[in-house]
Amino acid sequence: MRKLLFESLIKPTLTEAPPSPADAAVEELAKTLGKQARRSLGRSLSIREVDAGSCNGCELEIHALNNAFYDVERFGIRFVASPRHADMLLVTGPVTKNMAEALKRTYDATPGPKWVVAVGDCGLDGGCFAGSYAVAGGVSAVIPVDLHIPGCPPSPSDILAGLLALLDETNRPARS
Amino acid sequence: MAAFWQDILKDREAEPHGGWQHHAIDESEWTETAEALDGETAVLLGLWGDRGTIRMALLDEATNDVVVLALACPDGTYPSIGKHHAPAQRLERAARDLFGLTPRDCPDPRPWFDHGRWDLRHPLGEAAAEPADGAAYEFLAAEGEGLHQIPVGPVHAGIIEPGHFRFTANGETVVRLEERLGYTHKGIEGLMAGASLDRAASLAARTSGDSTVAYSLAFARAVEDALRVEAPPRAVWLRALMAEIERLANHLGDIGAICNDAAFALMLAHCGVLRERVLRASEAAFGHRLMRDRIVPGGVTTDLDDEGIDTIGLMLGEIRRRFPALVELYDNTASLQDRTVTTGSLSPALARRFGAGGFVGRASGRAFDARRACAYAPYDTLSFEVPVLMAGDVDARVWIRIREVEQTLSLVEQILDRMPAGPILAEPGKPSGPREGMALVEGFRGDVLAWLRIDEDGHVGRCHLRDPSWFQWPLLEAVIEGNIVADFPLCNKSFNCSYSGHDL
Ligand code: SF4
Repeated sequence: MRKLLFESLIKPTLTEAPPSPADAAVEELAKTLGKQARRSLGRSLSIREVDAGSCNGCELEIHALNNAFYDVERFGIRFVASPRHADMLLVTGPVTKNMAEALKRTYDATPGPKWVVAVGDCGLDGGCFAGSYAVAGGVSAVIPVDLHIPGCPPSPSDILAGLLALLDETNRPARS
Repeated sequence: MAAFWQDILKDREAEPHGGWQHHAIDESEWTETAEALDGETAVLLGLWGDRGTIRMALLDEATNDVVVLALACPDGTYPSIGKHHAPAQRLERAARDLFGLTPRDCPDPRPWFDHGRWDLRHPLGEAAAEPADGAAYEFLAAEGEGLHQIPVGPVHAGIIEPGHFRFTANGETVVRLEERLGYTHKGIEGLMAGASLDRAASLAARTSGDSTVAYSLAFARAVEDALRVEAPPRAVWLRALMAEIERLANHLGDIGAICNDAAFALMLAHCGVLRERVLRASEAAFGHRLMRDRIVPGGVTTDLDDEGIDTIGLMLGEIRRRFPALVELYDNTASLQDRTVTTGSLSPALARRFGAGGFVGRASGRAFDARRACAYAPYDTLSFEVPVLMAGDVDARVWIRIREVEQTLSLVEQILDRMPAGPILAEPGKPSGPREGMALVEGFRGDVLAWLRIDEDGHVGRCHLRDPSWFQWPLLEAVIEGNIVADFPLCNKSFNCSYSGHDL
């Protein structure tokens, strides 16, 4: 029974529509990103995600990068549990004053060379939370940022495209 | 039958605000109500500060009546509710941090949102500058032979929100968990004060990303309650459609994530696909994957066309086809059940006492569902069941989600079938004087409460949003006791409390 179940679930059904142009674009994007990462780093890309005060919307879409539609791991893009294993910090949210120190410490714990990507409208300048007594500002108010991916939240494909744009600037030195 | 507060409150005319009972009461009534909160049918729905006033919302579970009680605090203090009723304690601590209102005899004098990093104290009350010192937080002591502490967070290992967990363990076994939250405190209620309705609505939509529809709906309905306007019928039905789609997406995500934390990744993979289908259908039908900013005071901003209806229909069809096999897989996988059954058990008594909503409450015998209890449109005319279980463990919380997915599929079908035609937005207008309004809305996680006061100029004077997590977080501390540390992620995921919604 189990076997049957697995098969019926895993096998693509005959009725499955061919991948839409959008899906194909995502695939293309992720592949290039993986390649670029290998070229720049000589290996796959390890990302540590840090929520510095987001509403959790950005996290949902970053999460989606791991679902079977995007499945970024197949291209050598991995989310890691510790900043010490990371090449890149993917930071979301307006940085709250209550999180500023934790973010700074996470940055310091990430070995160079490293990149910082700020995700979402909040990550740029605090978004609609800017000016609050509890908000320090965008990500760059606390740590240096290499790239910003706008959106509220940016879709998984936007995030992929953003990461690619960063690695594409092959000349850009990572911070050490 | 009369609600439990009716014997306590003195006879007086109810104040003319919105569709709920509002009473300004005195200290003796306040204290007597506090003492009655541990009664059989009494539930604390919320407690929040304002300049010089403290308010609480109550529910009587027997009659489903809701009341808001306001107590003036001319000297900045009031008798603590938390002293009599533990679920109020964190709310009181938050109100003190924000407004400087001190609960007299509150058993817990420690700050909650204020981590000593804002450069000022009581930002929403008589704000006073104070250099940020980030003073250390005093965790509760746990003493005994062989105990050790494990601090976790605020930055966690996964792609999740920040918060701090302090475990005290004896070997593998957790003897105490203490949470420290407030890391994502953005000052949403401060930003809302004085904001236009549009700006406040967009802040409400960004209070908790996974519940953006629920928050927008709660805020919009509170505004409509205050201004006595009604959204057009088509808007009401479109709102319910979005709310159910949001529930569907989140429950599917949760079921997969819980199983994944029990090291059963297959389920995550399949549920993740279904969740993505829901988000893509939302994008196609409403123009945003999370349906953010679609619900506004007065109605909705996006209409649904035939193409949108077809996309949602296809998505429903796929879930109907694939979901039963996943349920069977969950039910028949012994290694998975071994992790979820009897893990993290929440007793019905505790769930009731804290008025726990959503799957946390319903997996522990508390049947409350705002869609049923408040019967707001269009749920008063839709047919659905509210699943309830008694076991209270991780397994029960998974099953409640599974049953709710099934109910939601049927609700979406009913809504699509009966969607009325017509306009989707009415102008909310301006009040003739200050007006208060409130709404209780069932999000995927439980009931979201929105209370607000609109000033004469049409701006928000004060708005309070109470996430269901306020009454679920403390219970997570209770259920982990006696479980092994390795089961914490599983328990935590099965609660899936919101950080941002709680921290505001
Ligand atoms: S950009 Fe939008 S989704 Fe991301 S944290 Fe900010 S409000 Fe939330």
